[in-house]
Amino acid sequence: MKRIAIDPITRLEGHGKIEIFLNDGGEVENVYFQVPELRGFEAFCLGRLAEEMPIITNRICGVCPEAHHLASTKALDRLFDVDPPPAAKKIRELFYSTFYVTDHTTHFYALGGPDFVVGPDAPPAERNLLGVIKKVGVEVGKQVIACRSRNHHVIQMLGGRSIHPTAGQPGGWSKHVTETERAEIEQIAHQNLDFALFSLKVFDNIVLQNSRYREMVTGDTYMHKTYSMGTVDAQNRVNFYDGMIRVVDQEGNEVVKYPPEDYLQHIAEHVEPWTYMKFPYLKRIGWKGFVDGPESGVYAATPLTRLNVSDSMPTPRAQQEFERMYEVIGGRSTGSRHKPIHHRLATHWARLIELLYAAERMLELAKDPEITSPDVRRVPERIKGIGIGSVEAPRGTLTHHYETDERGVLTRVNMIVGTTNNHAPISMSIKKAAQELITKGKVVEEGILNRIEMAFRLYDPCLSCATHALPGQMPLLVTLRDASGNIVRTFRRSD
Amino acid sequence: MSEKPKLAMYWASSCGGCEISLVNIHEKILDVAAAFDFVFCPCLLDTKKKDVEAMPDKSLAVTLFNGAIRTDENEEMAKLLRRKSRLLVAFGSCASGGCIPGLSNLSSRADHLRAIYTDNLSTVNPEGVVPQTDTKVPEGNLHIPAFHERVRTLAQVTDVDYYIPGCPPESHQIWHVVEAIIKGATLPPPGSALGCTQSTVCDECQRTRGEKTISGFVRTYESIPDGQKCLLEQGVLCMGIATRGGCGSLCPQVNMPCAGCYGPPEGVTDQGARMVAALGSILDVGIGMSENEINQRVDALLEGMPDPAGTFYKFGLPGSLLGGKAS
Repeated sequence: MKRIAIDPITRLEGHGKIEIFLNDGGEVENVYFQVPELRGFEAFCLGRLAEEMPIITNRICGVCPEAHHLASTKALDRLFDVDPPPAAKKIRELFYSTFYVTDHTTHFYALGGPDFVVGPDAPPAERNLLGVIKKVGVEVGKQVIACRSRNHHVIQMLGGRSIHPTAGQPGGWSKHVTETERAEIEQIAHQNLDFALFSLKVFDNIVLQNSRYREMVTGDTYMHKTYSMGTVDAQNRVNFYDGMIRVVDQEGNEVVKYPPEDYLQHIAEHVEPWTYMKFPYLKRIGWKGFVDGPESGVYAATPLTRLNVSDSMPTPRAQQEFERMYEVIGGRSTGSRHKPIHHRLATHWARLIELLYAAERMLELAKDPEITSPDVRRVPERIKGIGIGSVEAPRGTLTHHYETDERGVLTRVNMIVGTTNNHAPISMSIKKAAQELITKGKVVEEGILNRIEMAFRLYDPCLSCATHALPGQMPLLVTLRDASGNIVRTFRRSD
Repeated sequence: MSEKPKLAMYWASSCGGCEISLVNIHEKILDVAAAFDFVFCPCLLDTKKKDVEAMPDKSLAVTLFNGAIRTDENEEMAKLLRRKSRLLVAFGSCASGGCIPGLSNLSSRADHLRAIYTDNLSTVNPEGVVPQTDTKVPEGNLHIPAFHERVRTLAQVTDVDYYIPGCPPESHQIWHVVEAIIKGATLPPPGSALGCTQSTVCDECQRTRGEKTISGFVRTYESIPDGQKCLLEQGVLCMGIATRGGCGSLCPQVNMPCAGCYGPPEGVTDQGARMVAALGSILDVGIGMSENEINQRVDALLEGMPDPAGTFYKFGLPGSLLGGKAS
């Protein structure tokens, strides 16, 4: 049996590692996607003070600390049995919308987008932010940097720090928004809205108007029919900050819709000995291994699945784009509801629609008269002892679950983190890409590097934001070994 | 061959916030790219460990090393990069002091595996499977690095030239350090902390301080503090007095206490010990009262502080004199 190791693929929540095994016929027998790193938050948070969790769990991820900060803060609202004043909820959502703008922008221009904007067959040295700038103009590069800069400025203004914020508290937010701050945020939100619309135009011109790319997005190579998960509001519309968790099946039928605090009834996690990261699945269907289809409990939680579970978008421009995407790829079932999209590369398109929604929502909240209310905190009166909170992290539904003693000291902590939801789907997408690229022992050399990257990059696995930031080459090395483990040959991306 | 000095940035056991903070110097990142050959950075470049091994010793001008040491791989990379670098910088709180993941040293490796994989609310694991360094699967053997018993700082596994503290280091401070190196400025003596002040967060804080003593602690959720007055004097356990400055006192500006992420101030080894000493002068334990009354006050004070290790050593347990729970 031959073996191909890709180590490390990139920094995910650690150093990602892929092992591909070929059978004697030279076909892909199996693929293992390993996460060889563990830090152990669920263990060392025991004994800590519950109210410190928003700043402790930030440190799970420096790319999306805002998501952990808010999931944690919401868990504390429950644990301390206190409902934040309306202004506090709005500030949290404003803060979160700002974060989504910067996070999704970074992904499109620096990480995922280069595959399309520059092209999947372009030399690797060009498939990066600098390549994007070359193709769409240096002005755009400056705009991307400016977008990150102005939104991190707002994140710091609202959250106290631009990385690892601190303002989340049970029952509210530690600071209110002044009128001067509000006016500045409104102006920034306008710039974000223009930039989001522009980004969708870039995607339209470069990807959708190009028949080859369009075929790639709508073709079978990256298709997986799993269950879809996401958070929806009372009208079954996308919401990043709050709502019910909705799961739809391969055809778009609602399987379940539950409040986040019921997650243990619906989600379970499977353990494999060869990776530190677990594999969540739908409890009612069960763990059937790395397969898709209705018999397998594997689900995905991504920008695309969030749109799949939603009936519509809450803001007008995002709604137009949402309708367009489902017309182009998804179609409609006999009822009025759109069919879910299973073409995983469409996740990039969905991410841009979410970017537009985040920008529109940020503007709505910045114009909301209540946003400057000084009433941003309620002091809790009791410790209930259990609290579960969730938000949609950019990379999937994020759940924090805390239990404490009567002093608010943690006795149990459980978390299901964005990327973790997609551990099985990422493994499956990599396997499918590998199967397409390797037949009868013949390996498509440049293709395997590009397309295996594309298979996991569409999920935007955690920490990948940094991956393409500058020179932009994924650290890929492919080693082909014979059955005894001897290296037959290696090929790698050239510098 | 390029004449530019070679720069490397490596991440061990970390969250990625250090990289984001570097990227958040925004347009100045282009100046960094112009001044250095960025030769090794797993998040950015296609240079492999074996390429680093092939480099002559001391051929890297500067390596910014973030993340703590928790696995075999982390330790191996730390030693390799030490050998190859003229300047090895412990970048950020994990590499400098162990940071929040260093609280891991309060429980054992076995406790961790139990809490995550076997005795865990959402995990269905009747066979009690826990990750192994080597696993035999039908197609062959799979390997992952061993998870160590304890978290160690970079300086606990190899020699460190400089420290850039903070969780993460503030972007403007990173730029100050990088700019100084680009301009060839004379650096302070080896072992120094860069990108920070020689003083404390308190000295940067705009809040007003009186000479007030406190008779008890207030947990952050319990009250809404006055927006202008010193948080510690309002009974909130703000670590600013025992924490190195450099961030600009960001957390107190939004009414939250300093959590201590820049580590101990200049000349102090143990941040927790410094904090306890500082509290000694501000706590009103009732000097002059009866022994019984004093005992009651002290008990009440301790009652208001249920997690002293997690409070005083949140960002630096592995690097502290305490180190963690005896194993």
